[in-house]
Amino acid sequence: MKLALVTDLHANREAVEAVLAHARSQGVQQHVFLGDYVGYGAEPGWVVDCVQSHVADGAIAVLGNHDAAAVQGPQPSMVPDARDAAAWTHERLTPAQLDFLSKLPLTARDADRLYVHANAHAPAAWGYVTGRLDAVRSLHATDARITFCGHVHEPLLFHLSGTGKVGDFTPVPGVPIPLSPQRQWLVIPGSAGQPRDGNPAAAYATFDTVSGDLTYHRVPYDHEAASAKVLAAGLPARLAQRLIDGH
Amino acid sequence: MDTEPGPARPSSRLAAGQVVDGFRLDAHLHQGGMANLWAVTRLGSDDPMPLIMKVPRIKGGEDPTSIVGFEVEQMILPSLSGVHVPKFIAKGDFTGQPFIVMERLSGDSLRKRFDDAPLPVDEVVRCGALIATALHDLHRQHVVHLDVKPSNIMFRKAPDGSRSDAVLVDFGLSRHDFLPDLLDEEFELPMGTGPYMSPEQVQFIRNDPRSDLFALGVLLYHLLTGERPFGAPTSVRGLRQRLYQDPLPPLAWRPDCPPWLQELVLRCLEVQPDKRHQSAAQLAFELQNPEQVVLTERAARRARSGRVQTLRRWFAALGAEPAERGNAAGQAARSPILLAAVDVANADPALLDAVRDTVQRLLHTEPGARLACLAVLKINRIGMDELLDKDGGSKHVGLLVQLKHWARPLLQDLEATRPEQAGRVTFHVLEAPDAATAIVDYARKNQVDHIVMGARSSGGLRRYLGSVSAEVVAQSDCTVTVVRSLLRPGA
Repeated sequence: MKLALVTDLHANREAVEAVLAHARSQGVQQHVFLGDYVGYGAEPGWVVDCVQSHVADGAIAVLGNHDAAAVQGPQPSMVPDARDAAAWTHERLTPAQLDFLSKLPLTARDADRLYVHANAHAPAAWGYVTGRLDAVRSLHATDARITFCGHVHEPLLFHLSGTGKVGDFTPVPGVPIPLSPQRQWLVIPGSAGQPRDGNPAAAYATFDTVSGDLTYHRVPYDHEAASAKVLAAGLPARLAQRLIDGH
Repeated sequence: MDTEPGPARPSSRLAAGQVVDGFRLDAHLHQGGMANLWAVTRLGSDDPMPLIMKVPRIKGGEDPTSIVGFEVEQMILPSLSGVHVPKFIAKGDFTGQPFIVMERLSGDSLRKRFDDAPLPVDEVVRCGALIATALHDLHRQHVVHLDVKPSNIMFRKAPDGSRSDAVLVDFGLSRHDFLPDLLDEEFELPMGTGPYMSPEQVQFIRNDPRSDLFALGVLLYHLLTGERPFGAPTSVRGLRQRLYQDPLPPLAWRPDCPPWLQELVLRCLEVQPDKRHQSAAQLAFELQNPEQVVLTERAARRARSGRVQTLRRWFAALGAEPAERGNAAGQAARSPILLAAVDVANADPALLDAVRDTVQRLLHTEPGARLACLAVLKINRIGMDELLDKDGGSKHVGLLVQLKHWARPLLQDLEATRPEQAGRVTFHVLEAPDAATAIVDYARKNQVDHIVMGARSSGGLRRYLGSVSAEVVAQSDCTVTVVRSLLRPGA
């Protein structure tokens, strides 16, 4: 079965549409959404509806910190831009959409795969996996062979061998990586709706559960339109510029 | 920590006749340090390709080198294609019986020929060119082998016996530009085979394709002299010796070694990768065109450097950190071979100028490039040719003189801007009945990356003869630039 791993969609309709169309062209049979459907972008309602309809069709979705903030209102721990966006988002979601978000689980498990937004060791504390030490902490906290997570917006891959040796790798889009079964892997597909590695193209990944091949993808989309919508919505200009720069 | 690599010693259970994942084990072929090899048949398949199954030896259940090396080979081999690697068929992981099934190559590895070294010079050169060609193909597929040695080189004969290609096997230490390097963090000791390991491998650099050229240099040195240039050290200290102690030149072992071959072998063995050939294709090119090798002081050496020189190099090696360099395919792409196919005898002068201008621009944008200038002397398909012109001079020499004259401004420009590059321009006159075929064959054989040539002129005769450039564009494997002269009215 071929999975699409999509994370950090951030209310960016144009990016999500492009990613889903690309995934279709790749023969994807199941979607896994790793959280942060809203916040930053101009179309939270559309993106939540889109995820919800996929879940109704058998997709997996877990909760992200921005989704929790949209439900509970802005959190004091958030950076000012995120706080503003959370308040703005909360007002634009219907009770049904907020209800869907509030019922999302923090983690989901399927066979030897764990899906979680931030990390496996303290999923509700929203700590970032930014380096090998965080990755090892997360990998030690689960017996799943592969952890897929988001939260960090740059595509990354960590691996941990049976002898405790950890490595990291910056993936090259479009190149299938066979995930060897004799080690643990932590996969960060990169953000679909707000990439931050200097490339504005939407990021996501596909995983073939039979061959074990993981492929990172970059999908160009009309980021100028998405950016113009952010400005038109009256959201902070910095959030519009990020979509143009990819930073 | 989880050190369970799977079932304990699974390979010891295997026996002939057993079926593993749809493959029947026919015969045990070989037990190596890291793996066992079995001849196998795929059940229910009528593909006549003979197959082997490689099964890792797991010693006592925890041997990181064989486990990780096998993991690496399982990851890299399926990504490779072409005649210079065994064809990948299937793999099984460590949760069941770990294995790789691949094409079985007939014949022996080069290891067998090593016992007969020193070998005839011709055979050493032929071997070197075949291996360098195979390495270039591997590097272009983004992989550095990092364990080039005789037992990892096999040969594949074309079905009609017309040619033989080197095939590289065992990718357990290799590194792929676009895949995670599972060995990077794994071990505290340098990885490779002692006698063949490049200085940068000794210093833990694993992404430089020129490391494979160093190993090839060791291999050629051994075939040529029967001796190992750096012995067979077993300690890290012993390995580090190659950072400052240069090998005894081949001519000291063998007076019949041509100086140009010594030049090439010693260049492969340079400590700094920047001083070696910049791509395997460039080395293959020189092995196939010995008359074009520029001889330096390396060709004249008859003894090792003196003690003062060695001490100086030892001192320099103390704190030396090798420069990190991009990746396998990037290095090959930075060092392209350009071929200027020039019809010096017939083409319009304005077109000849335009071709030269284009070549010059390419050389400026590709500082690592080398240039081969080529002219074709047309001979008849049948019958004797008049190779002497009516004044008794050789047509061949005449063409060579014109070709060099054509290239003079290029050489002057290179000498002014990059004198070290000037020696990299070579000249060739081919005698062939069909210019296009000759150019395409030459480019293929010498792994040319880019052909530059003039378009056909508009004269009636040429139109009648057909366009050489159109045929080269159609037949060639590489990039072809066809140059037109816009100065000529009506062109």
